[in-house]
Amino acid sequence: MKIIVPVKRVVDYNVKIRVKPDGSGVDTINVKMSMNPFDEIAVEEAIRLKEAGHADEVIAVSIGPAKAQETLRTALAMGADRAILYKTDLPIEPLAVAKILKSAVEKEKPGLVILGKQAIDDDSNQTGQMLAALLNWPQATFAFKVSPQGETVEVVREVDGGLQTLALRLPAIVTVDLRINQPRYASLPNIMKAKKKPLEEIDAASLGIDIEPKVKVLKTAEPPTRKAGVKLKTAAELVDKLRTEAGVLQ
Amino acid sequence: MAVLLVAEHNNKALNGATAKALTAAKALGAPVHVLVAGAGVDAVAQKAAALEGVDKVLVADAPHLAAHLAEDLAALIVPLMANYDALVVVASTTGKNFAPRVAALLDVPQISEATAILSPTQFERPIYAGNAIQTVEVTAPKKVLTIRTTAFAAAPEGGSAAIEKIDAPAQSELAKFVSEDISQSARPDLTAAKVVVSGGRGLGSADNFKLIERIADKLGAAVGASRAAVDAGFIPGDFQVGQTGKVVAPELYIAVGISGAIQHLAGMKDSKVIVAINKDEEAPIFQVADYGLVGDLFQILPEIEAALDSRK
Ligand SMILES: Cc1cc2nc3c(=O)[nH]c(=O)nc-3n(C[C@H](O)[C@H](O)[C@H](O)COP(=O)(O)OP(=O)(O)OC[C@H]3O[C@@H](n4cnc5c(N)ncnc54)[C@H](O)[C@@H]3O)c2cc1C
Ligand SMILES: Nc1ncnc2c1ncn2[C@@H]1O[C@H](COP(=O)(O)O)[C@@H](O)[C@H]1O
Repeated sequence: MKIIVPVKRVVDYNVKIRVKPDGSGVDTINVKMSMNPFDEIAVEEAIRLKEAGHADEVIAVSIGPAKAQETLRTALAMGADRAILYKTDLPIEPLAVAKILKSAVEKEKPGLVILGKQAIDDDSNQTGQMLAALLNWPQATFAFKVSPQGETVEVVREVDGGLQTLALRLPAIVTVDLRINQPRYASLPNIMKAKKKPLEEIDAASLGIDIEPKVKVLKTAEPPTRKAGVKLKTAAELVDKLRTEAGVLQ
Repeated sequence: MAVLLVAEHNNKALNGATAKALTAAKALGAPVHVLVAGAGVDAVAQKAAALEGVDKVLVADAPHLAAHLAEDLAALIVPLMANYDALVVVASTTGKNFAPRVAALLDVPQISEATAILSPTQFERPIYAGNAIQTVEVTAPKKVLTIRTTAFAAAPEGGSAAIEKIDAPAQSELAKFVSEDISQSARPDLTAAKVVVSGGRGLGSADNFKLIERIADKLGAAVGASRAAVDAGFIPGDFQVGQTGKVVAPELYIAVGISGAIQHLAGMKDSKVIVAINKDEEAPIFQVADYGLVGDLFQILPEIEAALDSRK
């Protein structure tokens, strides 16, 4: 079977983002961009499934500006076989991403689509579930372990309070959580090889899908800041302050 | 029209997050109906009906709804939405799982983790791990919202809404529940606790986490952890606080041996009082802490225990 892995280009997770003073958004000019960390984990999981003989091809897909090619090359360097970029310069919302991914699925007919559980820029945590809905496929979010077994895939999920195991009929959608694997680094030879792997470009507008934003962002603001408090000398002083000054302990 | 609020529960008890999401649902300014979907949920429905401000409780009771699978919940909720303007869901692992499936089937966007309801169409939500707050407007005919419940006060009891049974659609063929492994703890639930004591990589081992647990038990607190502590195997993943773990906002949050990475702060910086214990006085956690103790946690934690015992 084929596996599709959607990967998003986002502000690197180490960057301390800055809200623009006029409230119009977050400054992304001259900021380091990387693959969404959860998508690295998704790529790793897909490659491992291929290495274990469960899949024969891993296809990385991104929706975004021409620069998202770099993100796809990273996926190819990690071990994906080929890539597709759906090019658009519009800000793109999860439902629109899901609609474009649906067309990618109809074109490629994968057995699994493995996504990140959330993009660390918009923190939406929606796209995989929406894609599952549009395709009428089963879904397993927050995956901790993925085990294909013939016609089904068994997925252990990280849920509030513990773990839940589901059996999904294939084809299916999986979104991965942090602990499922440790993504590999691309080696230099693999980075070189990735430059020759196929990367197809499709103009997102040519699909005839409505990808206009449906949510209007009126304002982007800094969160309320906390002031650093006081440093205390002893544990006894701390407990005393918590009881009397802060009033949070009896 | 009206608002449909989906109750968060484990089939036995109503989760306290529901009363908080109810406050958000009421802010939309329309009657609120609560959906209790599960198996053997009479007691849950009674509790939901007793919340002040609930106009009606709908109960879908069927064995296959016990596991709250997204496929089954979406099949139940999507047809109901013909009668509602908005769907309000707790941003738990259950809610985050099924709500986007419903939104896509309704062909509307979802607002994730709303922290303020400004009007029936305008909402606030955090992005970039809470390092920016967006004000957004949705004009779609139906609104789908998941609620970050730490941002809302719980609605009180005092209601007596009517309870109406509704039919559940047949079980989906797509996904089946196999098993679950839910940790049983005598301590309060992390997201509901008034006090949280969290440990990080500085604890050094699973065994040393007992130091955290002992303080937590003295304070009636929940135990939390940083990702590094979870990854190192000191404690299971569902104790993780942060951007990709649980978001907590207790009265008192005590961070022990945690450096204060932005992904961790995202999950706890709205706590009322923050205490940091760290041997590195430059650790970023001190920038958000009301009270800091610089020093070795292995010395400080026993001292805190002793100080808590005195005067009691
Ligand atoms: C996509 C993504 C998502 C993430 N999500 C989360 C999340 O949800 N939650 C989360 O917590 N992290 C998350 N992280 C990880 C985060 O970036 C940090 O790596 C993590 O929070 C560090 O944990 P820590 O503070 O315990 O460890 P460290 O950063 O290693 O800090 C350990 C601290 O302990 C102190 N210490 C050591 N020994 C002692 C001692 N004897 N006494 C006193 N102090 C001592 C040290 O001075 C140090 O400050 C995420 C990362 C990524 C990339
Ligand atoms: N523009 C995009 N291109 C490719 N994949 C995306 C895009 N946006 C979201 N995704 C995928 O959907 C997941 C969840 O994103 P979100 O719903 O935005 O939090 C990500 O981890 C990606 O796997």
